[in-house]
Amino acid sequence: MEIKFVLNEKHMCVDVKADAILMDVLRSLGCKSIKCGCETTNCGLCTVWIDGKSRLSCSVLAASVDGHEITTLEGVEDEAAEFGRFLAAEGGEQCGFCSPGFIMNVLAMKRELTDPDLEEIKEYLAGNLCRCTGYMSQLRAIEKYMAAQKEKEVQA
Amino acid sequence: MSMTEDKRIDPADMRIVNHAVPKVDAEALVTGRSVYTNDLAPEDCLIVKIIRSPHAHALIREINTVRAEAVPGIECILTYKDCPDKRFTMAGQTYPEPSPYDRLILDQRMRFVGDAAAIVAGTSEEAVRRAMKLVKIKYEVLEPVLDFRKAKDNPILVHPEDNWRSLCPVGADNKRNLCAHGVSEAGDIDAVLASCEHVIDRVYHTQANQQAMMETFRTYTYMDAYGRINVVSSTQVPFHVRRILANALDIPKSKVRVIKPRIGGGFGAKQTSVSEVYPAIVTWKTGKPAKILFTREESMIASSPRHEMEMHVRVGSDNEGNIRGIDLYTLSNTGAFGEHGPTTVGLSGHKSIPLYGTPEAFRFTYDVVYTNVMSSGAYRGYGATQGIFAVESAVNELAKELGMDPTVLREKNLVREGQIMPAYYGEKTESCALDRCLARAKEMIGWDEKYPCRDMGNGKVRGVGVAMAMQGSGISSVDTGTVAIKVNDDGFYSLMVGATDMGTGCDTILSQMAAECLDCDMKDIIVHGVDTDISPYDTGSYASSTTYVTGMAVVRTCAKLREKICERGAEYLGCSVDDVEFDGEVVTNLKNGESISRKDIGNKVMCFNNEALAASEAFSSPTSPPPFMAGIAEVEIDKETGVVEMVDYAAVVDCGTVVNPALARVQTEGGIAQGIGMALFEDIVYSKKGKDYSNSFMQYKIPSRLDVGNIRVEFESSYEPTGPFGAKSIGEIVINTPSPAIINAIQNAVGVTIRELPATAEKVYRGMQEQKQI
Repeated sequence: MEIKFVLNEKHMCVDVKADAILMDVLRSLGCKSIKCGCETTNCGLCTVWIDGKSRLSCSVLAASVDGHEITTLEGVEDEAAEFGRFLAAEGGEQCGFCSPGFIMNVLAMKRELTDPDLEEIKEYLAGNLCRCTGYMSQLRAIEKYMAAQKEKEVQA
Repeated sequence: MSMTEDKRIDPADMRIVNHAVPKVDAEALVTGRSVYTNDLAPEDCLIVKIIRSPHAHALIREINTVRAEAVPGIECILTYKDCPDKRFTMAGQTYPEPSPYDRLILDQRMRFVGDAAAIVAGTSEEAVRRAMKLVKIKYEVLEPVLDFRKAKDNPILVHPEDNWRSLCPVGADNKRNLCAHGVSEAGDIDAVLASCEHVIDRVYHTQANQQAMMETFRTYTYMDAYGRINVVSSTQVPFHVRRILANALDIPKSKVRVIKPRIGGGFGAKQTSVSEVYPAIVTWKTGKPAKILFTREESMIASSPRHEMEMHVRVGSDNEGNIRGIDLYTLSNTGAFGEHGPTTVGLSGHKSIPLYGTPEAFRFTYDVVYTNVMSSGAYRGYGATQGIFAVESAVNELAKELGMDPTVLREKNLVREGQIMPAYYGEKTESCALDRCLARAKEMIGWDEKYPCRDMGNGKVRGVGVAMAMQGSGISSVDTGTVAIKVNDDGFYSLMVGATDMGTGCDTILSQMAAECLDCDMKDIIVHGVDTDISPYDTGSYASSTTYVTGMAVVRTCAKLREKICERGAEYLGCSVDDVEFDGEVVTNLKNGESISRKDIGNKVMCFNNEALAASEAFSSPTSPPPFMAGIAEVEIDKETGVVEMVDYAAVVDCGTVVNPALARVQTEGGIAQGIGMALFEDIVYSKKGKDYSNSFMQYKIPSRLDVGNIRVEFESSYEPTGPFGAKSIGEIVINTPSPAIINAIQNAVGVTIRELPATAEKVYRGMQEQKQI
């Protein structure tokens, strides 16, 4: 079946099978940042935005995004790189395999929550598993990134 | 600050080493570039999948593939009849491997639920899945051996076959279900314990755990223009994989090339070649590219988890708490195959008992047995984690019996710099700050105010608990790191390493060392690893070896290269090499001040030149200097439910000089988080028939960021004279303290002693109920 959607601000018209999973379709369209970590919606690696909201693309039928707007890490690369520098400064990317999904959710959180405290941050990102870091470095990076964003806003 | 092997350098004088340099691959990773195995696999790869045994022990009597082969798109279906009948091991170890040769790519005998029965390859996932359903297999179901306590000398044999082989004298005997057996001792332990005023005599059990790295096992293979099989795989051990595949396919090693791209975590899981043989045999037989991606379920049921161990510990002391003797018997469950069985068990004694320096006597005995569950393998800590849980728990129980603070008991007995450790192969601790680690960890957590517990007045009680740990730095007299550095045009360096960066950052820390040694910037060095056709030999990234072993190879290579740069500079300057100095940027003739830049030398050697401006040196160590650490856990227990929550964890590590403080800190935090999972909830649970119930992240929970509490890490560095810039290892030791420290904290909070991990709420609750009855 043919579906139409917007992928990273580009209009797409794609022929998909009725049972095709969004994650597989997006990867086949070159969005290789999306990773599969579990198949059971537990790990958060496949996080993308559908109409600006974080969703696990491993559990979304591709057909259901007809008419919607999809954003992957490829679509927010500059912003990802900016936060990524804070993450890398803490060594918090480690193997990097969970980074794209994690970063998508961090950037979604930035849009959704104003001034979240530590507990709110942890809660928001609880679905993004990481086996390398023990999470502390990610939290340090988020706090520093948020502070830097605030500074920017003040200056602007 | 350049260094040579015999020159001690103050970390304060280091420009790049001992600094938190971001990882060299960071930008690619945080922007989601295509750098992992499955991102790079060609589109036309055949999809390879495995039909797995539903029985824990069975013989295949018949396989009918006729209907399956007729499915459009199916390229081949392979059964045991298509595979060489020559046994090998999937363990990534130096030849001759201590792990027995007990595997075939496909075997007629099924040895666990999930064992490979057939390989199906086709052009699409859909076709392969359909064909898998149409393959008809008739099994003769046999009685399995599932209880590892009953495996030794059981009449049911996991490996009755006559072509089973053990290459090393590890005490293995397949006709007794024995993968290894051994004894190591000093002094008369029975006499010493008989004369002790206090003897703790306990049995502890550690469960099997999954490494659960985010990237599951995966490999793709293709034939190149030279008729060789190229293997791109998520592996920690590319050079071992080359040998393993040559053994498995029964082809010359020269026919195999192994490349490792970026890796999404390993933690030891990928020190076994779990996935490589399957696409390899498909490509070798069909000539077509092939790939396998293990599902998370497959990565849970047919992988290489931590060895389950049962440890009987006896620790004896006098009334003052002087530990006089330690006796340890470890029974280890290697599962269906012997990967890492004979070696992991060794660490359970050799890296636990020496924490207590030089007791009057010790004995360490062990058996490693085959059973009909999935094969165990290498997991961070590699047996030390299990042994340290047992010995540290016994020491905590001794403290309780003596009525002593467990940190005070340790201060009395812990190993100190300069001591000989009889249970650590008689090695002397050249560098050890364990005493400082413990003292600092106590300060960080506020031990004296919090020990043993505080009732929070809301039905919850908080307790603190302590443990110490050690590990090694590479396998002494075995692990070999080789490094090559060449000078290119404009003078930039290529650093070629065979060590495998699996996310840990070794490409970065080895570049830091090279930049420090060569007095240049990080940007002057490009790093490459690993391609077995190109990279210099390295045993691989395991056994906490990379920083120490490969790091020293970097130091040696740089020293040699500096000499060569000086020689070449002197030649171009027309003076004697004795008169020049190289400061990293220019070679200067000290007599007349004339100089030539590295850039000009790099360009000049590309014209009319008869000698490569490159160096390559190896390093292997006769010793394996242990890093040390102390960990203190603070937990909160709900007295109504037994639920244990992590509050705080203070960890202080002596890994010698810290090469990269950010990365070392993250290693430590990550290891502790994994250790928290092991202590509190991670467990591989089997049904009575041997089916692994823990086959997804729903059934096998790993810690989320809500489960780990606060983790705080500091370093108390000693200086290891045989290590690069004084460094020792960091990667594995960090998983060893949480289990005993958390169990001790629970004990100190509610008086319940858990000897079988994990410490679930149910066990803590039951323990509290039993206490009430007493």
